Amino acid sequence: MSWMIKLEDVSKMYRLGLISSATLQDDLKRIWYNLRGKEDPFLKIGEENKRDTDGGNYVWALKDINFEVNQGDILGIIGKNGAGKSTLLKLLSKVTKPTTGTIKTRGRIASLLEVGTGFHPELTGRENIFLNGAILGMKKREIKSKFDEIVDFSGCERYIDTPVKRYSSGMYVRLAFAVAAHLEPEILVVDEVLAVGDAEFQKKAIGKMKNVSQGQGRTVLFVSHNMTSIMELCDKSLLLNNGKIQNLGETHEIINEYLSLNRAEKNTPINEIKNRSGNGYITFDSMEMLNENNKNISSIICGQKIKFKLGLIVNKNLDYKKIHISIKFVDNKDSSIFHLSNSVSNGKEFKIMKETSSFSVICEIDRFPLNIGNYNYHLFCSDLENIFDEINFAGEIKVESGNFFNSGNLPSSKLSPYLIDNKWYILN
Amino acid sequence: MKEINKTFFEEITPKKHLLDVNLKELWNYKDLLFLFVRRDFVSVYKQTILGPIWFFIQPIFTTIIFTVIFGKLAEIPTDGLPQVLFYMSGITCWNYFSECLNKTSNVFILNAPIFGKVYFPRLILPISIIISNLFKFGIQFLLFIAFLIYFYYNGFTIQPSIYMLVLPLLILLMAGLGLGFGILISSLTTKYRDLQFLVLFGVQLFMYATPIVYPLSLAKEKLGEYSWIALANPMTSVIEAMKFAFLGQGDFNWMYLGYSFGVMIILLAISTIIFNKVEQTFMDTV
Repeated sequence: MSWMIKLEDVSKMYRLGLISSATLQDDLKRIWYNLRGKEDPFLKIGEENKRDTDGGNYVWALKDINFEVNQGDILGIIGKNGAGKSTLLKLLSKVTKPTTGTIKTRGRIASLLEVGTGFHPELTGRENIFLNGAILGMKKREIKSKFDEIVDFSGCERYIDTPVKRYSSGMYVRLAFAVAAHLEPEILVVDEVLAVGDAEFQKKAIGKMKNVSQGQGRTVLFVSHNMTSIMELCDKSLLLNNGKIQNLGETHEIINEYLSLNRAEKNTPINEIKNRSGNGYITFDSMEMLNENNKNISSIICGQKIKFKLGLIVNKNLDYKKIHISIKFVDNKDSSIFHLSNSVSNGKEFKIMKETSSFSVICEIDRFPLNIGNYNYHLFCSDLENIFDEINFAGEIKVESGNFFNSGNLPSSKLSPYLIDNKWYILN
Repeated sequence: MKEINKTFFEEITPKKHLLDVNLKELWNYKDLLFLFVRRDFVSVYKQTILGPIWFFIQPIFTTIIFTVIFGKLAEIPTDGLPQVLFYMSGITCWNYFSECLNKTSNVFILNAPIFGKVYFPRLILPISIIISNLFKFGIQFLLFIAFLIYFYYNGFTIQPSIYMLVLPLLILLMAGLGLGFGILISSLTTKYRDLQFLVLFGVQLFMYATPIVYPLSLAKEKLGEYSWIALANPMTSVIEAMKFAFLGQGDFNWMYLGYSFGVMIILLAISTIIFNKVEQTFMDTV
C-alpha cells in the first residue's frame, strides 16, 4: 500500500522567553543574513528540547522527523508532555509551518486538535454544527446530508435550537465531536479529545474512529496519554522523546518502551528515591529479588519461586507493635494487579523493639503468577496511626518467559496478564 | 477502499512564494465564508431587544451630534447641502471603511484560538469581515436614502445624478482600502503589538483628514497650496464622489478616483505579500 503522509527531515524550532525588543534584534539579524543570502544564523544554535536543563533561547521542538503513514493505518503518537506531539500535529494540520523539511500528503487532512473549534457561544447547536463543520473543511451540502446523523450521534436532539453557551460541558463536547466524527477526509488527525466526555461516549467515539479507518480506508493519526485508547485503537505507534522519534512499531512494544521512559528513575536504588511521602519514622532502604537458592536475580521468570527482600531503616527508635508493610504491583496503566501485605497474608503485623536500627522482611511467592512484561511496584509501610513511608513507582520488575504451566506454553500477555493454575479434562 | 485522489497531493514546505494566493482553495471554502458572515451578523445582536435596529441608531445619533457640534456650534459650511444629509453620507461611508479596517486589523490576534487549532485559508476571515460589514453598510445606506427622499420632497436643494451608478466602484474602493490597511496591520501586529495602539486612535484622527465634517472645497480654500495633503488621502475622493453623486455637491474627479484605485491595488498587493508570509508561522508568535 502507498503512503498517505510522508515526513522528510521535518524540524521545528521555537524561541523561548518573551517577545520583546530583544527579539527584534534577532529578527533584524535574521533579515540581514537573509539579504546577504546566508542561512538563518539561529537555526544552528537550537538545542534539544529538554525542559529541565538551562540553555539558549532556541529549542528544537521537533528535530529530523522522518516517517510514513499508509492508507488505512491508525497511528498512535505517544510521548511525555513536551515531547513534540502537539507540535507534530500542528505541522500536519497546517496550523504552522515546519522550520525545515517537507511534509507530503495525499488527501484532504482534517484535524481535530480540539473539539468545538470555532463554536460560537451565542449560536444555537444547529448553527454551530454548520459553522464548525465548515471550519473543519466540510461543504454545506455535506453537512446538510449528515445533519440528522450528527445530531443523533451527539444525543443532543432536544437542545439543538438552544445557544451552546447553555449546554453542559459534556453536551458541548459530544456535539463537537459528533461534527468532527462525520468528516470525510482521507486523513484525520486527532489530538487528545477523548479525555472529555463520559465512558459511554468515549467508547462510542473510539468505535467511530475505528470504523472510519477500517471500514472506509482512511488514515488516522491519534495522540493520547490514555494507553488504553491507544492500545485499543492503534496497531502501530510512534514514540516521541525530546522532539525526536524514539521508536516506531507495534503499539504493544512502543507502549512498553514509553512506560520505561516514564520511569527514568526505575534504576534508582530505593534509598536514593526522593519522591516519597510519610513521616519517615521507618523508611525503605532496599529491595532485592532472590530465587529459590537465595541468589540475587534481576528479572523474574514466570512461575518461578521468588522472594522479595525489603530492607528497612528505623529512623526514630520506638517500640513499634503493628508494622504493616505492603507491595502493590501495577501494570502499564498504573492499575493495580495485585497487592501483597503482611497484615492480610499473615493475619497480623510485625513487631520490632526499640533498639532495632534496621531490619529486613521477606515476602515469598511460590509460583510467580504474572505473564511476560514489565511491571511496577509501589511500597508502603505504616502502623495503625501513621504512614511511615510510601513510595510510588519504587521500581520496575521484568518478567521473562517461563514454564508456568509445565507445558512449555504461555498465553499472550495481552490476553492474559495473570497466570492462573488450572487443569482441563475431557468428559465423555 | 477509495482510490487515492491524486489531485489532493500537497507538499508542506517552510517557504512559499510571495504572491501565492490559492484562489481555488479560497473558492472551496466559500461555504465557510458564508457561514462566518452569517455568524457575525446573527451573533452581534442576539439577546438584544432592538436587534438590528441598532444598525440605525448609531448613524442617526452620530449625525445628530455632528449636526449640533460641527454644523450649529462650529458653523462649518456644508456646500449648501442640508447638514443632516451632508454628515450622514460621510458617516455611512466612513463607518464602513473604518469597521473594515478596525475589525480586520486584529483578525490574527482575536482568532488565534481558532487559527491555532485548525487550518483553513486565513484570508477567509478578513474577507468575511468585509462582507458582513457590507450588509451593515447596506442597511445604513438605505437609511441614508430614506432621509434623502424625505429631504428631496421637502424642497431642499439636492440633485442626485446619474453618477449614482458609480456606487459599486466606491464600495469596492472602501472595502479594498479597509481590507488592505487592515490585513497589513494585522500581519504586522502578530509579533510586535505596537501598531495596534496606533490604529486605536489613528483611525479616529484619520477621519478628520477626510472630508466628512467639512467639504473638500473648504479644505482647498483654507489650506491653499497644502491642499494636496487632503487629496493624498485615498478616502477623500471616495467621500467626495459619494456626495456629488447623491447630493449634487462635491468634487467628483475621475483622476482622483483613479489615484485611490491605484493606492488600493498597491496596498492590497503589499498586504497580501506580507499576510502570506506571516500566516505560515504567526501561530508561533502571536
